[in-house]
Amino acid sequence: MDLRFTDEENAFREEVRAFMRTACPEPTRRKMIEGRRLAKEDMVGWQRILNAKGWAVPHWPVEWGGTGWSAVKQYIFREEMQATPAPEPLPFGVNMVGPVIATFGNEAQKKRFLPRIANLDDWWCQGFSEPGAGSDLASLKTSAKRDGDHYVVNGQKTWTTLAQYADWIFCLVRTDPAAKKQEGISFLLIDMKTPGITVRPIQTIDGGHEVNEVFLDEVRVPAENLVGQENKGWDYAKFLLGNERTGIARVGISKARVRRLKEIAALERIGDRALIEDERFAMKIAAVEVELKALEMTQLRVLADERTRKGKPDPRSSILKIKGSEIQQTISELLMEAVGPYALPDQVPHDDTERWNEPPIGPDWAGPQAPHYFNFRKVSIYGGSNEIQKNIIAKAILGL
Amino acid sequence: MDFELSEEQRLLKDSVERLLADRYGFEARQGFLREPEGWSRALWQRYAELGLTGLPFAEAHGGFGGGPVEVMIVMEAFGRALALEPYLASVVLGGGAVRLGGSEAMRSAVLPGVAAGERKLAFAHAERQARYDLADVAATARRDGGGYVLDGAKSLVLHGDAADQLVVSARLTGAQRDAQGLGLFLVDAAAPGVTRRGYAMVDGLRAAEVTLANVRVDATAAIGEPGEAFRLIAQVVDQGIAALCAEAVGALAAMHELTVEYLRTRKQFGVPIGSFQVLQHRAAEMLIGVEQARSMAMLATMMAEEGDATERAKAIAAAKVQIGRSARAVGQAAIQLHGGIGMTMEYQVGHYFKRVTAIDTMFGDADHHLARLARMGGLIAA
Repeated sequence: MDLRFTDEENAFREEVRAFMRTACPEPTRRKMIEGRRLAKEDMVGWQRILNAKGWAVPHWPVEWGGTGWSAVKQYIFREEMQATPAPEPLPFGVNMVGPVIATFGNEAQKKRFLPRIANLDDWWCQGFSEPGAGSDLASLKTSAKRDGDHYVVNGQKTWTTLAQYADWIFCLVRTDPAAKKQEGISFLLIDMKTPGITVRPIQTIDGGHEVNEVFLDEVRVPAENLVGQENKGWDYAKFLLGNERTGIARVGISKARVRRLKEIAALERIGDRALIEDERFAMKIAAVEVELKALEMTQLRVLADERTRKGKPDPRSSILKIKGSEIQQTISELLMEAVGPYALPDQVPHDDTERWNEPPIGPDWAGPQAPHYFNFRKVSIYGGSNEIQKNIIAKAILGL
Repeated sequence: MDFELSEEQRLLKDSVERLLADRYGFEARQGFLREPEGWSRALWQRYAELGLTGLPFAEAHGGFGGGPVEVMIVMEAFGRALALEPYLASVVLGGGAVRLGGSEAMRSAVLPGVAAGERKLAFAHAERQARYDLADVAATARRDGGGYVLDGAKSLVLHGDAADQLVVSARLTGAQRDAQGLGLFLVDAAAPGVTRRGYAMVDGLRAAEVTLANVRVDATAAIGEPGEAFRLIAQVVDQGIAALCAEAVGALAAMHELTVEYLRTRKQFGVPIGSFQVLQHRAAEMLIGVEQARSMAMLATMMAEEGDATERAKAIAAAKVQIGRSARAVGQAAIQLHGGIGMTMEYQVGHYFKRVTAIDTMFGDADHHLARLARMGGLIAA
């Protein structure tokens, strides 16, 4: 047992860090540090920088742009990207639909979609949740009826993140209404420009516009856009969700947020000293640092076992999801507490363009903190709510 | 980055676990508690035969040249068995002080006996007024001719009643809470002026209140440089904490397994109570507490011999915080999920609960180490 990184891994970390520091555009990095929203151009620009370097999709098969890195190297890469902090690649393409197409798609689909995903030429969004299908995803109702060489899709998807920018949506649709609920579902790729698709924004409690409803009304989708076999979509969805959970600990992001928290707590005053010198507040920060260190070690342990699991998802990734989201939420609370009363002015744009109050009211660092706190209630809900994760632990690990 | 045990380490783990599984069942342990020392002489002998008591010492000193990982393996198994013997006191703490700070002459004279299980040491450092402050030492060491005269009172000396020799901290110079001016001395427990009052703690382990009145020792009794012992004390305690963290993980994991098994078998309303989601979620939360504790115990093990004292202190403090928090959360849930049976002395889970509660308190509870970590600036540089 030797929990230190090898010399080679440390050298790799230095290489990644040096690249991230110089390659990530400074305005993008500032937005990340300050917790401000990224524009579509920030995301696309960064993804293309990564792709030019050959690091856009490290975890993919090598023939489609993967790097062949070990699990530990991939972890180091992700951690350094998060620590920069640079934007994480849009997950819907590179982490979700990309691996599904690479694993279950046909050659034509791979050739058509994978390079465009790696370069973010196509912006993908995820059409899973429906108004009546959240945690009980398999009860989804959106239907796809075969009509010649097309499927005709009708229904409604919701919580569709960043659909306002999307070129494509991958959808779970019901192709066999008579089958048992998991068995009549298919995985369909739909061009967002197809007639019959309407995107309606949902404003979340932070005032932002991240998520949307997507209505599908007699949408004609070429049958060649079916991934894998008809009525096997649930298997692909499970594969996708299993991949989603491994990256969900967000250790590097949380480290960067703790650094930001300490910067702000050094600037804020309480009585005659800096807030960070207040023992009570310093202990709150230290407490979340301990949790985060434990999570990091747990993640490395899960990662180390990945070799022996041969690609099967590890149910312990549910632990990572639960702790990772709780820690992100705690940090967002502390950031809001740190700025004190200046958390209160509403200074976030209620559309995608400009600041609400310009110049900002109060210190420059205060504005994003309350919205960030409000927004981050989402992390224990999405990707399988933390309660669902506990069900998974009870069943898959404890055998209850 | 490698979490795997080596072949030798796996063999060590197997042999310790097998010994304890065979000989240290709950009923056997209840018997050991009633023995005169409050632990098993027979098992102590077996530990020595297996080489456990010599594990961290150099071969030249009768040991096996093992490191923190080997100690972790043994302590985790002891945690699962709720072992009562003075292993931490003699091998890790007392033996650790001599190993890390003693002269070659002292190590050659003392450690082979410790390794053979024939000589037992104890670490007599804490004092009543000190709470968890390692620098707070009121006991004094006065130079006298070629030696020293020690006076003072030491409290909660783990297995102090069974020890043949005590590693005693005492102040040569400075004010009561100064880190400067401390010395460590190896003192015969039978020396004139040493009195010990032994007692059982809430977890069944033994400790002693020790008083030193005009106790004379030779100059060669000093461990390390007299007046400069604080760093050594801190290092010994950090290694003790790392060992305790591993012990706690063994106990926490066992407690969790007992609880899950109980949820599977206990029936109410005609079904196993483990079919109720509210209890499933609590069991899942317990597992998270155990795994987070295990992760930090590994970190503590990795950092136990780190040369950078600040980095080591931060990591060990963080580990102790996690262990303390998990001890509370997992322990309380284990009792609650067992219901009434968890409250009884005749059932095992309560004994685990008491041991992990004691571990939280030993060498500073979670809040103490959290405050310490915060004062050191936390784990992540701003």
